[in-house]
Amino acid sequence: MKQAAKGNSLNRVDGALKVTGAAKYFADHQVPGMQYGVLVCSTISSGTIKSIDAVKALKAPGVTAVVSHLNTPPVPGFKQDYRGLKIFNDDRIYANGQPIAIVVADTLERATYGASLVSVTYNQETHQTDISKNIGKAYPPNNDKGYLRGEADAWKNAAVNISATYTIPLEVHNPMELAGIIAHWTSADTLTLYAKTQGVKNVQGTLSKVFQLPPNNFTVHSQFVGGAFGMGLRVWPLEIAAILAARKVQKPVKLVISRNQMFTMAGYRPYSIQELNIGATEDGKLVGITHKATANTSAYETFTEGIVAMTKFMYACPNVNTQYQVVPLNIGTPIWMRGPGEATGSFALESAIDELAYKLKLDPLELRIRNHADIDPEHNRPFSSKYLKEAYQTGAEKIGWYQRNPAPKSMTEDGMLVGYGVSSGTFGAYRSGATVMATLTPEGLVLKSAASDIGPGTGTAMVQIAANATGLPTGRIKFMLGESAYPNAPQQGGSATVSTVGSAVSDACKALMNELGKMAIKDHPSFKQATIEELQHGNGQLSVANKAGSAVTYAQLLKDLNLPEVSVTTTSQAGENAKKYSMYAFSVHFAKIHVHPLTGVVRIKQVVSVADAGTIVSMKTARSQMIGGVTGGIGMALMEEGLIDHRFGRYVNNNYADYHVPVNADTPPIDVYFVDKPDPVINPMGAKGMGEIALIGFAAAVSNAVYHATGKRIRELPITPDKILLA
Amino acid sequence: MNQFSYYRASTVKAAIDAASRSGNTRFIAGGTNLLDLMKSGVLTAETLVDINKLPLREIRQEQNRLHIGALVLNSSLAEDDIVKKQYPLLSEALLAGASPQLRNMATVGGNLLQRTRCTYFYDTTMPCNKRTPGSGCGAMDGINRMHAIFGVSDQCIAVHPSDMCVALAALDANILVAGPKGQRTIAMKDFHRLPGNTPQLDNTLGKTELITAVEIPAANFTNWHYLKVRDRASYAFALVSVAVALQVENNRIKDARIALGGVASKPWRLLQTEQLLKGQTPTADNFRKAAEKSIEGAVTRTYNAFKPAMVVNSIQTALLKSVAI
Ligand SMILES: Cc1cc2nc3c(=O)[nH]c(=O)nc-3n(C[C@H](O)[C@H](O)[C@H](O)COP(=O)(O)OP(=O)(O)OC[C@H]3O[C@@H](n4cnc5c(N)ncnc54)[C@H](O)[C@@H]3O)c2cc1C
Repeated sequence: MKQAAKGNSLNRVDGALKVTGAAKYFADHQVPGMQYGVLVCSTISSGTIKSIDAVKALKAPGVTAVVSHLNTPPVPGFKQDYRGLKIFNDDRIYANGQPIAIVVADTLERATYGASLVSVTYNQETHQTDISKNIGKAYPPNNDKGYLRGEADAWKNAAVNISATYTIPLEVHNPMELAGIIAHWTSADTLTLYAKTQGVKNVQGTLSKVFQLPPNNFTVHSQFVGGAFGMGLRVWPLEIAAILAARKVQKPVKLVISRNQMFTMAGYRPYSIQELNIGATEDGKLVGITHKATANTSAYETFTEGIVAMTKFMYACPNVNTQYQVVPLNIGTPIWMRGPGEATGSFALESAIDELAYKLKLDPLELRIRNHADIDPEHNRPFSSKYLKEAYQTGAEKIGWYQRNPAPKSMTEDGMLVGYGVSSGTFGAYRSGATVMATLTPEGLVLKSAASDIGPGTGTAMVQIAANATGLPTGRIKFMLGESAYPNAPQQGGSATVSTVGSAVSDACKALMNELGKMAIKDHPSFKQATIEELQHGNGQLSVANKAGSAVTYAQLLKDLNLPEVSVTTTSQAGENAKKYSMYAFSVHFAKIHVHPLTGVVRIKQVVSVADAGTIVSMKTARSQMIGGVTGGIGMALMEEGLIDHRFGRYVNNNYADYHVPVNADTPPIDVYFVDKPDPVINPMGAKGMGEIALIGFAAAVSNAVYHATGKRIRELPITPDKILLA
Repeated sequence: MNQFSYYRASTVKAAIDAASRSGNTRFIAGGTNLLDLMKSGVLTAETLVDINKLPLREIRQEQNRLHIGALVLNSSLAEDDIVKKQYPLLSEALLAGASPQLRNMATVGGNLLQRTRCTYFYDTTMPCNKRTPGSGCGAMDGINRMHAIFGVSDQCIAVHPSDMCVALAALDANILVAGPKGQRTIAMKDFHRLPGNTPQLDNTLGKTELITAVEIPAANFTNWHYLKVRDRASYAFALVSVAVALQVENNRIKDARIALGGVASKPWRLLQTEQLLKGQTPTADNFRKAAEKSIEGAVTRTYNAFKPAMVVNSIQTALLKSVAI
């Protein structure tokens, strides 16, 4: 097992650009003649717009347009089957904070003032934002019939069982960088965009459908993203608003929404209520699990995610049934938030496993080991690789799991109650298709792919992979991403970038080396006698095996061959072999916490997280990924909660002061370990993704630790001091 | 743009004169609260009188008291040697507030006058009697987890969010004020108001009066603690905060001061609890008994029902901490 090293691997290739401010995020771009947009948002939660009075706004200095449904020509793609809110299409209000107009002016300040002058009247209808009062409206999304293995509700007949309900509130996407876009119609039907997105090709594809124009009419730039966590996986109405405004004023328009607008138009983890029932034999063999999840969606669109996914395969349990339903509410549509549904589901499942362990008087880790799924019970096929037991052991050792007194409320330290909690996480290890162009020049290697980097250090990992594949020093390799003009790559989501784009990089590099070798054999005197199998590359040189003095640098080779560069473009896909296996990454989180015995304040003192994510391609950025995921998990466990006053359907904590995310003082030492054993199936590197498993399961480790510290089960996140006090 | 004129005053008199000239004038110090409120449309001003050039930045020891100029920064005050030595309670309270960046801008005068953080007050589409008298109270039957349990009225349950003020209340500070009619002193306990029927009035300062200084009487406290219970470890407003100062001699409590934050529209002094402690030995039991008395008269709503229990436990914790048991 490797502790994530702090210094022995590649630094972020764009780190210097980021810390010096040279990295350009979407809003940093300046386009000549650019105007500024500010959105006007609904102050009711359901109904229709009666009137929009823009007279005063249009008279205000600098204001060039007020764009709304009243003056927007029909958008060709807003047809019957359009998925999402059709911005500026009609007078319908589905949610408070829904954008209903955009004011454009020559400066941001003037646009802001202009927006404050727009007055809107409404026909108000009753709205629903409280999920608990609308359970009756729940429906199974996409006719989801639920999942059944063995017998339904078998937990009821088990010797020992538990039933519990877990609640997670809305968690609103709040990365530092705000949502927005710069939209520039460069002709009547070509558009250049500076976007905040997890996929430039997705933006291109979506807008192509919306505006019914060829994808290549859209040029999308998104080189740097200031955190996205899932919110950049779709094109939001706010972005289309800016595009419509730019068309109206015939000038480029920049829109950056405000922090409080982030709460109503850029997505969030939905509110969820989960019922978990688990039954086991006296000696701790699982008999049955029933998992029912209800989460909200918007009034105009069905959003789904894998809340019950993990329950189906995490444990060797003969009888499992799950059910998933959504409740439409007058709130914007949710979107995946790091770990997405699995993070939500794991809180319930992994808390329930802990509850069962205590009822069985069994160590919670031992219960997990006894019910370890050696093969995937959902699909009845082997895992491509799984070293979860090893991860359990490492984590347990490092946190001192077996040295603790497992009895609830039994340990104290410095006057504080001490709790230890464990929880595991898992997420599908994916690989889809991607294309990479690899070009060798005398200066080095340039790789291009329309991939994204929303923060994990994609460029760094790709440079490392390319260095491994070509033997070139990392300093001479450039990975270029975030341009729609580059070869196709999927969105950065579902922890799949290293696996998918990394494989394509590796393949492209190998193809390039092969191509170079063939050319050398054909035309270069030093290699004329050699066969392709005899060629070796390393240290930026081509050589013939076992032939001293045969090495020629790539730069020299290009010069000798009279070539300015050699370029290949390859597309890589997962092999057929992969279908025979279930591919997942796994994690285990251990948390040691303090709970103040009188005030109920929880402080996390130490975290040990161990990931089984195949080969770790880039140690340093992988470690950062884990730290980031755990920090998100601390927020989820202890503080994140979007609060809506249901009388108004309006958020009451829509700012950074009232919506809490962890600060440094909340974040203890986070010790990260990796199993670091290759997965033989998934891809040539043997690497699985780990962005999601860094967070999945973490909240339950904390709630389980709270139980250990206090004897109190808090089943409703976030675990704030008042809940502990009143429990 | 909402036009306003900006005037930088160089003497106290000039500042007061400027404030008296037009109806809607506001002083601006650090601006950390005023600008936020103006940007969210909660407050407007015709004239901003910048007082940062006034000679009110001194901290000086006077006979029987410490004099603190109104423009002393929260960060300077927290790190001042005299304060750290003689009034560590004040230093602790200041450091529990906001963030280092904000404390580097925020002034003593501005901190005293900061407005409530009640979200219904901040959101101009919501009813709020404090912002728009007569419009109703959004918090009363809304999300009122952060709201007051003491001294409330049927008009308003907002809390005063300051940490510094809680310590100043415990220390019996005085506020020095200059106005068109000259100077006066307002005792801390009389400075902030309860909402009653006029929740729009936070305090007893006149519209054109300027705070020039705060003075803290010399004290012989032997034990102190400022406890802030909050949802995250830093940069969060108090669910409940407690300032305690004790004078313990020969294992008897000779003098006791306790003030609470996060529970009322002003720092909430607990005179009765203080009396109960006087003459007692500083034991966990005596602390608990006294603390339990502190919540008489508390009025809770849906989401702040936890506060009385939190108050009792927090007072006990702070007292225990102050005597290190
Ligand atoms: C995100 C955030 C978190 C915060 N967290 C905390 C916290 O945890 N605890 C805490 O205690 N505070 C907190 N604060 C509030 C902060 O302490 C206040 O904003 C600050 O103290 C105000 O001081 P200022 O000098 O910037 O006042 P300004 O914004 O300049 O002024 C505030 C008001 O006082 C008036 N004024 C200022 N000086 C004088 C004077 N000398 N005479 C008469 N009138 C005057 C102004 O006209 C204005 O009405 C927080 C603030 C923010 C923005």
